[in-house]
Amino acid sequence: MTGFRRLDTGGRIDRGKTITFTYDGSRAFGFAGDTLASALLASGRVLVARSFKYHRPRGFLSAGPEEPNGLFTVGDEPNTPGTLCEIHEGLAAKSQNAWPSPDFDLMAINGLASPIFGAGFYYKTFMGPFRKSWMFYEPFIRKAAGLGIASASADKTRHDVSHGFCDVLVVGSGPAGLAAALTAGRAGLRVVLAELDFELGGSLLSAGSEALEHWRKEAISELEALKNVRLLTRAAVQGLYDGNQVVVQRRPEPGQSAATLEIIRARTIIHAGGATERPLVFQNNDRPGVMLASAVRSYLHRHALVPKSQAVVVTNNDSAYATAFDLAEAGVAVTIAELRAAPSGDLLARAAQLGIAIFPNTGVADVVGDKQLRQVKLGGRHSVTIDCDVLAMSGGWSPNVHLTSHGGIKPKFDESLAAFLPGGFAAGQFGAGALMGTFGLLASVREGEAAGQAALAFLGSKKQVRPVDAPGIREDRAYAISPVWGTAGPKTKAFVDFQNDVTAKDVATAHQEGYLSVEHLKRYTTLGMGTDQGKTSNINALAMMADLRGLSVNETGTTTFRPPYLPLTVGAIAGRSVGHHFRPTRRSPLHDWHAAHGVTFIEAGLWMRAWYYDWAGRTPEEAYVREMELVRKGVGLADVSTLGKIDVQGPDAAEFLNRLYVNGFAKLPVGKARYGVMLNDDGVVLDDGTTSRISDTQFYMTTTTAQAGEVMSWLEYLLQCHWPELKVHVASLTDEWGGMALSGPKSREALQLAFPEADVSHDGLPYMGVKDITFGGTTVRLMRLSFSGELAYEIHCPADFVIALWEHVLKVADPLGIKPYGLEALASLRIEKGHVAGLELDHRNTLDDLGLGKMAAREKPYIGKELRFREKLQAPDRWSLVGLELMEPGKKLRGGSILFAAADEIKGHGRGYITSVTWSTELNKFIALGLYQGGLKHEGEEIVAAFPLKNEQVKLKIVSPHFIDREGARLHA
Amino acid sequence: MRLPCPYCGDRDVSEFRYGGDASRQRPAHGAGSAKEWHDYYFVFDNPKGAHTEHWQHVLGCRQWFTLNRDTARNEILGGEE
Repeated sequence: MTGFRRLDTGGRIDRGKTITFTYDGSRAFGFAGDTLASALLASGRVLVARSFKYHRPRGFLSAGPEEPNGLFTVGDEPNTPGTLCEIHEGLAAKSQNAWPSPDFDLMAINGLASPIFGAGFYYKTFMGPFRKSWMFYEPFIRKAAGLGIASASADKTRHDVSHGFCDVLVVGSGPAGLAAALTAGRAGLRVVLAELDFELGGSLLSAGSEALEHWRKEAISELEALKNVRLLTRAAVQGLYDGNQVVVQRRPEPGQSAATLEIIRARTIIHAGGATERPLVFQNNDRPGVMLASAVRSYLHRHALVPKSQAVVVTNNDSAYATAFDLAEAGVAVTIAELRAAPSGDLLARAAQLGIAIFPNTGVADVVGDKQLRQVKLGGRHSVTIDCDVLAMSGGWSPNVHLTSHGGIKPKFDESLAAFLPGGFAAGQFGAGALMGTFGLLASVREGEAAGQAALAFLGSKKQVRPVDAPGIREDRAYAISPVWGTAGPKTKAFVDFQNDVTAKDVATAHQEGYLSVEHLKRYTTLGMGTDQGKTSNINALAMMADLRGLSVNETGTTTFRPPYLPLTVGAIAGRSVGHHFRPTRRSPLHDWHAAHGVTFIEAGLWMRAWYYDWAGRTPEEAYVREMELVRKGVGLADVSTLGKIDVQGPDAAEFLNRLYVNGFAKLPVGKARYGVMLNDDGVVLDDGTTSRISDTQFYMTTTTAQAGEVMSWLEYLLQCHWPELKVHVASLTDEWGGMALSGPKSREALQLAFPEADVSHDGLPYMGVKDITFGGTTVRLMRLSFSGELAYEIHCPADFVIALWEHVLKVADPLGIKPYGLEALASLRIEKGHVAGLELDHRNTLDDLGLGKMAAREKPYIGKELRFREKLQAPDRWSLVGLELMEPGKKLRGGSILFAAADEIKGHGRGYITSVTWSTELNKFIALGLYQGGLKHEGEEIVAAFPLKNEQVKLKIVSPHFIDREGARLHA
Repeated sequence: MRLPCPYCGDRDVSEFRYGGDASRQRPAHGAGSAKEWHDYYFVFDNPKGAHTEHWQHVLGCRQWFTLNRDTARNEILGGEE
């Protein structure tokens, strides 16, 4: 067995605390401080996953968030990188995409067929004009090729979203981040330091240097002591948005399950997110045991893991030498394949000292070993085959420019560093350290401090801050790299993107087939997709594409970086906004009464409305018809508290309303209500409602329930932005007041019983009459209005008085047989009467479309008058309001049905549609309102209503929308 | 993003309602031809860069105000009452 062994001393683990967990059902062990990755490596497991497409054996490539291979389902959460997952007692981790296990995976047969699974395979095989088979094959393909499987059960965890504010947000806690946080913290500013890892320190944690560890500890203890500094670990800064706002997701502490989201608004941001090492592209570079050089060093210094006896390091830059030297010092036999002609002399000298053999101008030709690396075949100037346990590779470093690019600032390529650097920053943002291409440790500390100072200056802080002590190490040596990107094609097992199984040959194929832009390359090959979003693969791939096209890397550019930086728990985005907390619920002041007296509620927008009452029936169909009959023959009481209610006051209130409504309001007498319609500037109907004049200077406006907020905002807009000269004030009473509709031929008797001292006779409260009375010490507004077409009143009063008044009316009018009726009956009664409501007022129709054209004043100006008469809005074939009667007794009429002329083919959008349907208790048939091309010009015609979802067609007749009492005798009774 | 309400100070954009281009000149009430209203209502620039616009602090003091904003960078270029 090759792989790793655990050293007896060293590392950042606590050997006194053994932790037991399960991996694929069997018991496994690790120490406190281990990740799932380090614990599995320590237990001798190198092969831990199967690849996405070919089911090739895979091991950990990295030791950090960039991990493409080692993904696990931990508890219910799929696709957790083992490199970020801290083990804890009882943790249950399962491997993914392999059956029955990664060691023995039956799906590996896909690997044999890999020559046909190349770039574009699915497109070429299953999609296209003559290939309809994608729909059939997709489930099978998804099953064979995939990542983890999301749990189908509801997330029981209570996640939280919080909001944070700070003066300085530092992203990353490496040498640059710590220095920046110290500088800003010492100045007394509110600082948040966000670190993705569970420990602070970034690259310092993997450095294996006592001097650096001392510096790190000093810095952290100083920061911990500062009350103005918050230190966040396990905190991924997922996205950067306008106004220096970031979204931070915090992973739970080990053993906890609730991920949380914090939205932080920072006055300044210091980006110190470091860099990610790139792999090299060579044949079989995906074999378990082939890892990033920095990861090997990290496992050594954080988890005391070393390759069992022999390691090969292959590199195109100086940074991998640190890994080679540290391994050699830990007793591992190390060989270096150096892709460049010669590294600098100090490295050669140190290598010679440690007995490390260096093969210059040499790379890796192939890797031997199937489920696990056994030998490395070097190629180039030297062709040697070397036995080894681990192959550590380094293709150079890519600064983590994701976050700095989220605002649309594209990164720029730096030729000397062979890396993309941030292309700039929005105001108040600064960068430091490896993110800026500064790979030296001391230089990073200085840059972090300078970025901290820049933030202080930006914030206008004049405070003198003590300089940050430099760590006690010798001067940085310059970072040197000679870019070797690997060559696209013909090698079929030289992987560029490990997670998506994209090879150098796939990149060549994409180029050959014309997918030249990096965005096309991404979509054609799936390169850079998946949970790791190409953190280790993108730069190599686009450099290869640049090479194929003969362009510079900068000209080729990167794909667009988008949030989130790491996969995030969806539940954490929702926080507590789940279930009935998903959106606000609005309740009428009568809600509790309804609930206590046998009602079925229905959601209407945000409102919970009383739909129908138990007294009338068990089903809505049964109940609303009985409730309608009650109103047509006796008296009923309905909750109309949801109507928009606006108090309009001021000397110019009448003039204001006269401008708003198409009909006149200037001369409305005190004590009278009027039905009004208002238009938008474009001449399309905005809303309708009744408005009453309470005094010379006070009006009481009602709006539809749905448009209450819109209308209020519109009135404020006109008064504040355009007509400041009008002395008018508006206030919403929608929540402050409630109301009820008392309807039916016996409603006057009921009203008189309720308010025996008020004159509610026909002359005392005539049709459209309004009067305020005092009852029980409270103002009660009586309005003789009708939505149902019957003799009816609305009674409005302050919200906290509504239940008492409602109960009073029901009690005193009980001898008349009064009962409550709900929204379904309310809406059905108005259909019979032909009143338009929200379903007809769809923001596309004009006054004429709704048959309301005659209401508009001829002389006075009103909003929307000019554009109302546009040619197209006057066209004779516009869809306009009609009444409809079902001609086929026994059949059902459905809302939303599409209307066709009798001779039409039943196809397409037809000539209109049904907006509202009800059973008419008066006519004993189904009736409806609808919009139909040409409208009532077709009165009397027989047409067809089609409901394709149920494959139904019924015959209808076009009639007047006023089904009952056209003369209004009932209203005026 | 946060917007400066002239009465309440900086508040999150989710508290506001957008009210369109504030540089457009609304014809006086009852005046203006159909063409003028058409141009006012339907014809306006959608600039990348500086833009004067109406906003209402709808979940706050309900005041409408005008604001200069860079539409490309979402930077507030200074508000006015």
